[in-house]
Order: sequence, then structure tokens, then C-alpha cells
Amino acid sequence: MTEPALSVRNLRVEFFGRRGKLVAIDDVSFDVAKGEILGMVGESGAGKSVTGAAIVGLIEHPGRMTRGEIRLKGDRIDHLPAAGMRKIRGKRIGMVFQDPLSSLNPLFQIGDQIVETMRAHLDISKADARRRAVKLLDEVGIPAAASRVDSYPHQLSGGMRQRVVLALVLCTEPELIIADEPTTALDVSVQAQIIALIKALAKNYGTSVMLITHDLGVVAEIADRVAVMYAGRLVEIGSVRDVLKGAKHPYSQGLVSAIPTLRQGAGALRQIPGAMPRLHAMPNGCAFHTRCQFVFERCRVERPMPVRSGDIEVACWLHGKAVGAGP
Amino acid sequence: MSADAMVVVEGLWCQFDVSRPWLNRIFNREGRATLTAVADVSFAIPQRKTFALVGESGSGKSTIAKLVVGLIPPTRGHISIAGSSVTDKSGSARRQHNRRRIQMIFQDPYASLNPRWRVRRILAEPLRVFGLEKDRRETRIPELLRLVGLDSADAGKFPHEFSGGQRQRIAIARAIAAEPAFIVCDEPTSALDVSVQAQILNLMRELQEQLGLTYLFISHNLAVVRHMASDIGVLYLGRLVEVAPPNELFDRPRHPYTQMLLDAVPDLESIGSRVRRPIEGEAANPINPPTGCAFHPRCPYRNDRCKSEVPLLMQIADRKVACHGISEGRL
Amino acid sequence: MSEPIPGSWQRFRARLERVWDSDLTYSFRTSPIAIIAGCMTAILLVLALMAPWVAPQDAFDVAAVRLEDGFLRPLERGSTGILHLAGTDSQGRDVLSAILYGARVSLLVGFASVAFSMAMGVALGLAAGFLGGRVDAVIMRIADVQLSFPAILIALLVFGIARGFIHPSQHEQVAVYVLIISIGLSHWASYARTVRSSTLVERNKEYVQAARVMGRDNTAIMFEHVMPNVVGPVLVIATINLALAVIEEATLSFLGVGVPPTQPSLGTLIRVGQQFLFSGEWWILLFPSIALIILSLSINLLGDWLRDALNPRLK
Repeated sequence: MTEPALSVRNLRVEFFGRRGKLVAIDDVSFDVAKGEILGMVGESGAGKSVTGAAIVGLIEHPGRMTRGEIRLKGDRIDHLPAAGMRKIRGKRIGMVFQDPLSSLNPLFQIGDQIVETMRAHLDISKADARRRAVKLLDEVGIPAAASRVDSYPHQLSGGMRQRVVLALVLCTEPELIIADEPTTALDVSVQAQIIALIKALAKNYGTSVMLITHDLGVVAEIADRVAVMYAGRLVEIGSVRDVLKGAKHPYSQGLVSAIPTLRQGAGALRQIPGAMPRLHAMPNGCAFHTRCQFVFERCRVERPMPVRSGDIEVACWLHGKAVGAGP
Repeated sequence: MSADAMVVVEGLWCQFDVSRPWLNRIFNREGRATLTAVADVSFAIPQRKTFALVGESGSGKSTIAKLVVGLIPPTRGHISIAGSSVTDKSGSARRQHNRRRIQMIFQDPYASLNPRWRVRRILAEPLRVFGLEKDRRETRIPELLRLVGLDSADAGKFPHEFSGGQRQRIAIARAIAAEPAFIVCDEPTSALDVSVQAQILNLMRELQEQLGLTYLFISHNLAVVRHMASDIGVLYLGRLVEVAPPNELFDRPRHPYTQMLLDAVPDLESIGSRVRRPIEGEAANPINPPTGCAFHPRCPYRNDRCKSEVPLLMQIADRKVACHGISEGRL
Repeated sequence: MSEPIPGSWQRFRARLERVWDSDLTYSFRTSPIAIIAGCMTAILLVLALMAPWVAPQDAFDVAAVRLEDGFLRPLERGSTGILHLAGTDSQGRDVLSAILYGARVSLLVGFASVAFSMAMGVALGLAAGFLGGRVDAVIMRIADVQLSFPAILIALLVFGIARGFIHPSQHEQVAVYVLIISIGLSHWASYARTVRSSTLVERNKEYVQAARVMGRDNTAIMFEHVMPNVVGPVLVIATINLALAVIEEATLSFLGVGVPPTQPSLGTLIRVGQQFLFSGEWWILLFPSIALIILSLSINLLGDWLRDALNPRLK
């Protein structure tokens, strides 16, 4: 079996504040296979962005990754010194953020930014880099790339900018791309173009993608597998078809049915009562038990870890091994 | 139609002068620049119904919200609510009286409540402004909180002590405090998580039933709109291109832009197996819109007439559409 | 609904607990500099306020002073029986009492001028930011012009003009008020600038739009809605300005254009004491100077701490 592109084991991220420590990510493990698109979904505060940040070593004080192992194609990358991590970031792992202007420097032409990135990570001449930059811009769908290569970010629309960011990310042919809400700030029609582009590019370059989003629709369109996060824990992970059509965790089920779809007519939407617990008021046992309609005694005291149930891994006492069975 | 219409909007135009300063224009030999945010928009909302406006950025939907509520004056056109005109310049006292009937719910639950005011004061403001006597205020505030699903003890807290969904509930409570007839909702759930969105939308529907409210619902999310509206208007670059009830619009979209929009919505039901129509380009700049039909550069069915003549919104079969192709029978 | 309503004492205690636990108080408790500066300021404030009761001698009462007690060294006892901890000046006035009374005048002028410039600056800054257009342009241009002059010069200018208008016999009575106004006028621009930028940001927020939809007029929105949200930085400026105002008052008095000689402030004392420094009576200059330094330093440090403590929360 080939090495997964990304392997995360027992990840734990804590924030140290005045009132003690808050556990933002609590013992999360998952893999992303080569060439696979993994969608990481959850609502705000569930910890999906923190997971992405932890993988690239961007958790800042007062937060810290306190436990876990992160491997990129088998190489351990957690706890690398800052210089080492900087080499990985940009060359082997690319990041796409919600706001393209966080990745693009408004003062430099887009062509120059791509060339600079390439030359920082690869051994390549200026002329070659520029040729490749134009080719990349064309690949990501910038019309008349040869003439637009000298534009400044502000001269482009939001969708165009995000395309440029994709070109910037791909210029070093990374093994993994982490995209944190890449289309949330874009119009629906542009969003459709960009996610289709991400899928096509990932396929062409054989890059794995970790797509962080709150939008299940986007995940349904392009992801191969999906991981559902809740209150810093992984509650369900499996293929997109399995999870969306036959979710096993009560939270995932609630999430899927709370989303209004185009097919559904008018009528009350199924809602999940209550709200996700805040980090400093985490319940014992299963984090979801206070809102779960299937709650029973074990849920209140013991935290369920993900176990295999059919083709899905789900963290819920209703599934997996029989209650009372040993490890 | 106008007999029981709560809100009537006729020929609404809103243009902004975005010319550069005089000196710059002289040096660069530029003319004046005008941004047409809203062009010739007309619609009517019957009582106790919800009219939704959908569009992407630059479509003018937020501008229309502000026009209807009176935050900005229209360049041309007429708006009347519950029979009295909002756009009439005269009679400021009458206008103030009318304001009671119109309220607004905003998109950002974090910015729509004054962070330094306690909830009690936030809810008391409309009661005070519209003349509700003090002793009745004491009972009205807990009543409002209960109506939106919050606790009466929450009145003493500050907005930052609540989550996004709860803050939006407070905003809704503020909007219904003075018993309005009509509420403009500008993307009320766009900033909320999906599960919270469901709660808020359900709450809004309940309140509409209970209190007989009329809504103008602005959104870019088509699925949400399908769920809430009795009639939907699709906007493109400031003009209405199609107006139809939800079933007709979603099951058989007729305007090419509507079709494109619906096609672009990611669909949970058919995973990875959808046949997509290729989508061209991006929305044009509203300062320099294309001639004729604003959508023609992206439309696969355009002809010469589309490039020169602006199509008017016309009643065709079960809906209104603004498209030469459809009125000519080509589509 | 079935909970007993807490009595007023419990509510007060709960409130105290909340304040004690708040981020600001915590930041204060854990910063040694803030605590020291805070205590020093508090002590000086209390002493200065209580001067008539605490000081051994009424420094402003001409009758209480004996010429033969002049130039007594520190820790000497005078003919009136008072132990002069800081010595006496040329007139026989107890330097310590003079410092306390002088600090009182300095602080009075300081607080009053800060209050004046704060009120004026906040109001004008709100108006400029909120109303925009010509109002904004006019106010800001005046502020720009004013900020390009040193504050002392402005204070001198105002003082001089006022002197021309007021009858010489009234000079002494109104001197303090003129001083307050002139120092106040030299500082309003910094408040106005800060408040204006914050107002420009707040103006576009939805809660302001919500108030407009309700039909509230500009004045109501400016003062009820926007002002509470923009006064944070004002507090920091005020603290630092207080120290500046005290120094300015001292400078003006030192130059002879401040408070009248019958109500000497710390500045006046320093001016007077300067004459005697090299003739050996060092204590007449040294102690008032130390007092002024401690006062302005503590206020400054307090202002520094406040700025840092309020900042991360704003993030």
C-alpha cells in the first residue's frame, strides 16, 4: 500500500489562556491518500481551520500543538524548526485561503510573485520561470495570460485572483494543497468555476487536496472523502457518497438534513436544537450528547473514538463494536 | 394586484456619481462616470407574503434593500408601503410615523447590535422611539425575548456574550418590537452556520405566521430562498431578469442567467454525476455595463438585437422575463 | 423564573467580583509598574486634595508666614513650632506645604484642562467623522493648523489675547480659568483626530444603519450610539495629556505667565527656587522638582499601561 500523502495521528492542539487551557483539537487522526481530495467540514469553531494551521505549523501563541504526529509522504513534519518548516511550506505543501489578498502581495505584479516563489523553492532560471508562470496562468483559466501576467492583484476580480493563487500554489508542484474556504467569498457562479478548476488541477498534477469548508455542497461536488468535525473532534469520516447519503453520526445526519436544497419544497427545515459547546464548557463524554436525540448513559461519561462501521469510521456509541466489548 | 399589495415598487432607479475629482478629470480628459446600481426595477409584495430578491455581487440587491427602507434616496421611481409613499420628499412627520411599519434585519449579527448597549436598551430603543409607554415597555421586552426563543434574563447581557445565531435572534426581536407590518431581510442567515441557519429561518417563518408579517428577503443563496419565498425576483447588474414563484422558477428556469445560476449551485443530491453546462466569464463592471442586454456577453443564445436593445420585463405565461430570445420565441 | 431575586448588596458584590475578574483589572494586578504608578498617583492626588488638612502650614496665607523663618534647612524647626521637613523658602514658607498646595493647583488646572479639551475634541471629532463633507473639512483643517504649533505657543497666545481683553484688576481672579482654557485649547486636536477615525469606521456599521432605519436623527446617533464605541482610546490620550497639562502649566508658571504668585503652583515654586540653587539653598528647588517629576512620571506610566491593557482586547 502506498504511503498516504498526509498522515495525521492523535493531533492535539491547546490554547493557554488566563483561565486555564482550552483544547481546540482533541486527538484527531486521519489520512489523505495520494491524489485524493479530502473535504473537512464542520461549523465555525469546530476546529477545521486550526487543523489545517497545525499541519503547516502555523499555530501561534498562545496556542500550541501539544501532541501528535504529522507525516508528509512518510516524513515527519511536526516539530520541525522554523527554517525547516518554511522549506516545506510553499514547496511541498501549498495553502489557499479564503481571501486571495492574503496570499497575493498587492504591491507586486502577479507574474513576478509566481516567478519569485518558483525561484525560492526550485533551481530555475528567471526566463524559464517566467515562461512557466505564463503557462500556469493559462492553465488556471486567466484569459490572455501572456498579457495579463504583468497585472497587479487589484486589477483582477475576486475569481481571477483566486485563480492566480492556485497558479502560485501549483508552481512548485506540491504534494499537498490545503484550501481553507477557498470559495466562500466568491459568487455562486464563480465558485462553481473555481471548484471545478481545483478538481481538474489536482487530477492533472496528482496533488492531494485537503479542502476545509463549511459548505457540504462544495464537498459533494469535488471531494472523494469527507471528514466531519465537531467541537475539535472527528466524528465521522468516509467516502462522500457514504457520508452524505448514509451518515451514521447523529450530528452528520442533522447537518445534512438541515441544509435547504434546491429540490426541497417549502416547509420547516430540520433543525438541530442548541448550539456547539464552547471550548471552555465542553461536556463530559461525547461532545454532542447534549443535543443528541439518541443519547444514552454511556454517551454522557465516555468519549467515543472513531471505529469502523461498514465503510465509514464514526465516533458514536451507537455504532461499531458492541457496547461492553473489550478493545 | 395593488388592492392588497403591502409594498409597491415602481420604476426604481439608483445611480451614483463615481466620477473622479474635477481636477483629475481635466488632466486625464475623462468624462463623468456613473454607477447604475438599480435600473428600472418594479415589483409588488402582497400582504403576509415573502418576496425574495436573488443575485450575485453587483446585482443591486443590497441597494434595493436600502432604497426600500429609506436609507438612501432613489434617483427615480416610487416606493409605497401600506398605501403611503416612502419616496415623497414632503411630510417628515408622516414619514416618521410610517417608519414604524418598516424594519430591517441585517446580515452581520456581530455588527448590527451596538456592542456597548445591553440587550434591554437595544430592544427598548424602538419602543421608545415609537412611543410605547414606559410601563408597557417593562413587559414587552421579556415578551419579545420569549418570542424569539431567548430567555428574559438575557436582557441584562451584552451582545458579545451571545453566539451569532442568538445575536440574530436579538436583531429579529428588535425588528418586531414596534409591531411593524413589513420587514426587509438583507441576507439574514448568510453569516451563520448551517444548523443555526435552519433555526433562524424556521423562526422567521413562525413569526410571519403569528404576526402577519410581510418580508422582502434578499439573498444570494438560492436554496434558502426556495425555502422562504412565495415569489422570487432574479437580479442581474441592477435589472430584474426573471420573476416567478419558486416551483416555476426552480423546476423550469427560463432566462439564461437563471439557468446558469441554478446550474452553478452545488447539489447535495447528485454527487459527482452532474452534467454541467459550461459557464462563461464573470459579471461585468456596473460602471461600464455592456450595451443592450447586460447579460449578452455571457449568453449562448444572443443575437444582434440583444447587443443593442435592453429587454423589458414582460409577463410571459406563468412568469415575468426580460429576454429577447424568449419574447421572440427563440428559447 | 423561580430564582430568588438577589438583593442590592448581592448585586453590588457580584458587580465588584466581575470588575475584579475583568481583563483590565487582571492586567493591572499583574503589572508591577502599573501598581506602583497607580499608587503614587493616588497618594499624590489624595495628599494634594487634602492639603488644607494635611499640610503643616497654610502656604497661601500670608499671615501664617514669618520672615525670620526664612531659609531654614530641611528637618529644622521654625519659630512657629513646625518641623520643616523640606526646609523653608525666602519668605519663611514651609516648602512641604507649598508643594502640597502647589500640587493642588497643578492638578486642578491639569484635570480641568483635560476635561475641557476632551469634551471639545470628542464633540468635534464625532461631528467631523459622522457628518463628513464640509463640516469635516473645516474642523480638520483647523486641527491641522493647530497641531503644527507647539502647545506652549498656543497657550501663550491665548493667554496673551485674554490678558488684553480683561481688565488688569481682574487678572488674578480669572488667571486660573484662562490658564485652563488656554491649555485645553492647545490639546483638543489630538482627541478630535482619534475620535474622527474611529467614527469613520463605526459610521458604516449596521447598528448605525439600524438606528437610521428607526428614524433617529444624527445627533442622537452620534452621541448615543457612536460615542460609547469610540471613547476607548480617548481615555488613554486623556491620561497622557494630564501629565502634559501639568508640565505645561508648570512651564507657563515658570515663564511667569501662569498662575498668579499668590497661588503658586509647582512651576512657580521651581521658578522661584531656581534663583537660590547656586547660593546654597538647594532645597527650595529640589523638592518641588522631585514632586513634579514623580507626579508626571506616575501619570505617564499609568497612561502607558492603560494603552497596552486596552489594546489586545481591541484586536
